[in-house]
Amino acid sequence: MKAHSQRAGSFVIGLPAAWLFLFVLLPLLIVLAISLVEMRTGSPPYTPFFTWESGLPRMHAQGGNYALLFSDRLYIDAFLSSIRIAATSAFIALFIAYPMAYAISRAKESVRTPLLMLVVLPFWTSFLIRVYAWTGILNSNGLINNALLNFGLIKTPLPLLHTEFAVHLGIVYSYLPFMVLPIFAVLEKLDWTYLEAAADLGARPLKAFLRVTLPLSLPGVFAGFLLVFIPALGEFIVPELLGGPDTLMIGRVLWTEFFSNRDWPLASALAVGLLVLVLVPATLMFRVMRKGEAA
Amino acid sequence: MKNRSAFALSVLAFGYAFLYVPIAILIIYSFNDSRLVTVWSHFSTRWYGELFRNAQIGDALWLSLRVAAASATASVVLGTCAAFAMRRMRSLAARGAFEALVTTPLILPEVLTGLSLLLLFVFLGETIGWPGQRGAVTIGLAHITFGMAYATVVIRARLSQLDPALEEAAADLGATPSRTFLRVTLPLLTPAIFAAWLLAFTLSLDDVVIASFVTGPGATTLPLVIFSSVRLGVSPQINALATLLVLSAACLILIATLVLRREERRMQAAKE
Amino acid sequence: MDAHQDRPLKPGALSAAGPIVRIDNVTKRFGVVTAVDAVNLEIARGEFFCLLGGSGSGKTTLLRMIAGLEFPDEGQVTIDGEDMTHAPAYARPVNMMFQSYALFPHLSVEKNVAFGLQEEKRPKAEIVERVREALAMLDMQDFGARKPHQLSGGQRQRVAFARALVKHPKILLLDEPLAALDKKLRERAQVELVRLRERVGITFIMVTHDQEEAMSMASRIALMQDGRIVQVGSPRELYDAPVSRYVADFFGGANLFEGKLTRAERGEGVAECAEAGVTLRGQCAEVSVQGASVTVMVRPERMQLSRTQPTADNAVRGRIASIVFLGGFHACRVTLESGKIVLARLSPAEFMSAGAPAPGDDIYLSWPASAARVLSR
Repeated sequence: MKAHSQRAGSFVIGLPAAWLFLFVLLPLLIVLAISLVEMRTGSPPYTPFFTWESGLPRMHAQGGNYALLFSDRLYIDAFLSSIRIAATSAFIALFIAYPMAYAISRAKESVRTPLLMLVVLPFWTSFLIRVYAWTGILNSNGLINNALLNFGLIKTPLPLLHTEFAVHLGIVYSYLPFMVLPIFAVLEKLDWTYLEAAADLGARPLKAFLRVTLPLSLPGVFAGFLLVFIPALGEFIVPELLGGPDTLMIGRVLWTEFFSNRDWPLASALAVGLLVLVLVPATLMFRVMRKGEAA
Repeated sequence: MKNRSAFALSVLAFGYAFLYVPIAILIIYSFNDSRLVTVWSHFSTRWYGELFRNAQIGDALWLSLRVAAASATASVVLGTCAAFAMRRMRSLAARGAFEALVTTPLILPEVLTGLSLLLLFVFLGETIGWPGQRGAVTIGLAHITFGMAYATVVIRARLSQLDPALEEAAADLGATPSRTFLRVTLPLLTPAIFAAWLLAFTLSLDDVVIASFVTGPGATTLPLVIFSSVRLGVSPQINALATLLVLSAACLILIATLVLRREERRMQAAKE
Repeated sequence: MDAHQDRPLKPGALSAAGPIVRIDNVTKRFGVVTAVDAVNLEIARGEFFCLLGGSGSGKTTLLRMIAGLEFPDEGQVTIDGEDMTHAPAYARPVNMMFQSYALFPHLSVEKNVAFGLQEEKRPKAEIVERVREALAMLDMQDFGARKPHQLSGGQRQRVAFARALVKHPKILLLDEPLAALDKKLRERAQVELVRLRERVGITFIMVTHDQEEAMSMASRIALMQDGRIVQVGSPRELYDAPVSRYVADFFGGANLFEGKLTRAERGEGVAECAEAGVTLRGQCAEVSVQGASVTVMVRPERMQLSRTQPTADNAVRGRIASIVFLGGFHACRVTLESGKIVLARLSPAEFMSAGAPAPGDDIYLSWPASAARVLSR
């Protein structure tokens, strides 16, 4: 009886572990390997990572792709602008999401869950479609331009689509629920008697908010920020559909190198760069979450 | 006090408007007769008619539904195993590594996941001869990989909420570990498993980036069709399709939420 | 009629067919912490046995090792003559009532109770009958179709009982069964539990941290501290004849006088107690070395109060610091010449016969040697 349970136990651990090794760890290692080889025509479009010579494997690694990453302004700019766009989008999302989360957490108990559900509902509809919806609104004969033209506020259509502005809008729009939820979670658990105590001690509402509520809600703000910033770093669809030719984001650059230029090794090097870029805030978030769990 | 509620109301109104107006516009313009999508002429359902006659979209939808259903099911099975595995593991190091790997697909940008899986399939193709042709199978495997990550998070959360005494009581009453799992743990996990399946299904149905990397000739999923279409600009048929997708997703979520809330209430009351 | 705690164990209960549970040198460690430390214990058939102690005393761990939910690192657990040290919970003729009741939320009351019988693969008709019987015994026969979340706390407890008893286990384990109830319900539940055991006839082993609960329900108590058993005995034995300060202190208030043993013969000890200012005499269970440090223990209710010097084995002088009426008795704090504060309890009769003493009065407290115990640790 005990042996049976042990066999079942090893299966339960073994199956997902094997899957994770094969489909998560191994692929990442392969990306690393391919980032160190050269592009060539043919299939597969890269030189082999190691060859067998008289029974022993020989590695052919070269850092050419990485040298290119650091020397060519395009790639450096792409990394920097990805960080910039992701960060500013996250801040904008914060300014919209915080008041919403606050309002919901102060609402009546019975309406809170429906209100939250309404925030989360868009997430369940297609990401692609939601981003696509903005093309219809922002383009030159889209909703906004039509309205502005009709009311005589402008003479020629504003270039709203295919701009960095549109990309920011797209990212904020798509990831807003991820900012609202963590902030709400923290605010909901807040003991509102803190505010009452502050009022009792003579603090006016705004001051009480700044000195009591805001500091206490920072863990949620931090979590929400990272939940928007991290995926935004590597975003592809939003910059592709809403961005212009000069909107540089790493996800898009990677895609172009891979599909248009067929330079798999360079794309892999970009991928490794992106991975490193994402790992920094991601490990930060894990540490904060661990501390939160322990608390 | 009045100031506060006025402020709160306006904030919420703006927020929800921001979230829903684009979707509403999509829906409204799907009934616009004019081919110039954003110039309103008159109400018409012709685009829906054209949509239903569109074989390419029909095939893509059917493929996507099958891939999504299959990968969601596999994701949930693997996710349940992973959730239990993490509960069982004694060694802190092994559990940490496992946990890191399980949550990696959640953090990794899609382009990275897509690229890495494609390179894996190419590598496997070169070394062991499989997969020869990339297509629905490789898309499915990729979707299972990230679906499993989400499923694990959802199921693990529910598992940790269960009163450990319940499984102990089952054992005390004579149930072996497998009987305990079947008669007590699994029924109590059902809402979470259901939610995880729905989540994995939705994510699979929506995936563009990863599918683009790992697909092959003949395997065009619905998102891929939509993406190539919208890259060229706004399309009225896509509006109609988008409306249908949004409305069906909304219905599904409403039903799921109602079901899950009923289960939540029951579990909460039982705990007190 | 004797209190059930006064009834001695049936002669030979421990030897007739052997104890129902025997714990032999059982040790359990969790990492660096030793939860249970080389414990030896025998529990007789039909006892209402109580494992008593504070948190971290090891009582719950010991109970779980009897249940089969934990396994000892060393030692042996024997149930009804069979070695069950490593037998899993589902293979033991033992059932447990959990502190949280652990009713399966997705099953009705009937299905909850039937669970164990279904695992035994009993025929359907038998299951239906036994479930009905168990529910009726606990007055829950009308609640069969309800789900746990539709029941009150007390009702859930009864269902948990029915579920545990329906399998006719040899032993019923109870993990802090009354912890969730408020005071009024608790007192009633205490009586009902004892009655239930008498009806069913099997051995009950209960874990609690509440000494009043243990005293009112158990026929024998094992007091545990830091993973070890400090004393085993009937409630009266633990109360009147504690073996250490810890035991004396655990069960209600006790006056403790520090002193040095001057003489010990024929079960009586004499000690010099500076705090009391006099020599005290008391029962002395252990063989102690002359000159050893001892503690003399007297219960507050055994003290007599008088205005004049009494003739007694033990007498001290003091001044009343406070005297409070608590319904059934007067609680009296007396300051001795040494500054030590002594607690005395006076019944209404004693209060009156002492002339209704008030704070500030100089009085004498006295007690016989039989009421005191000399403790060496």
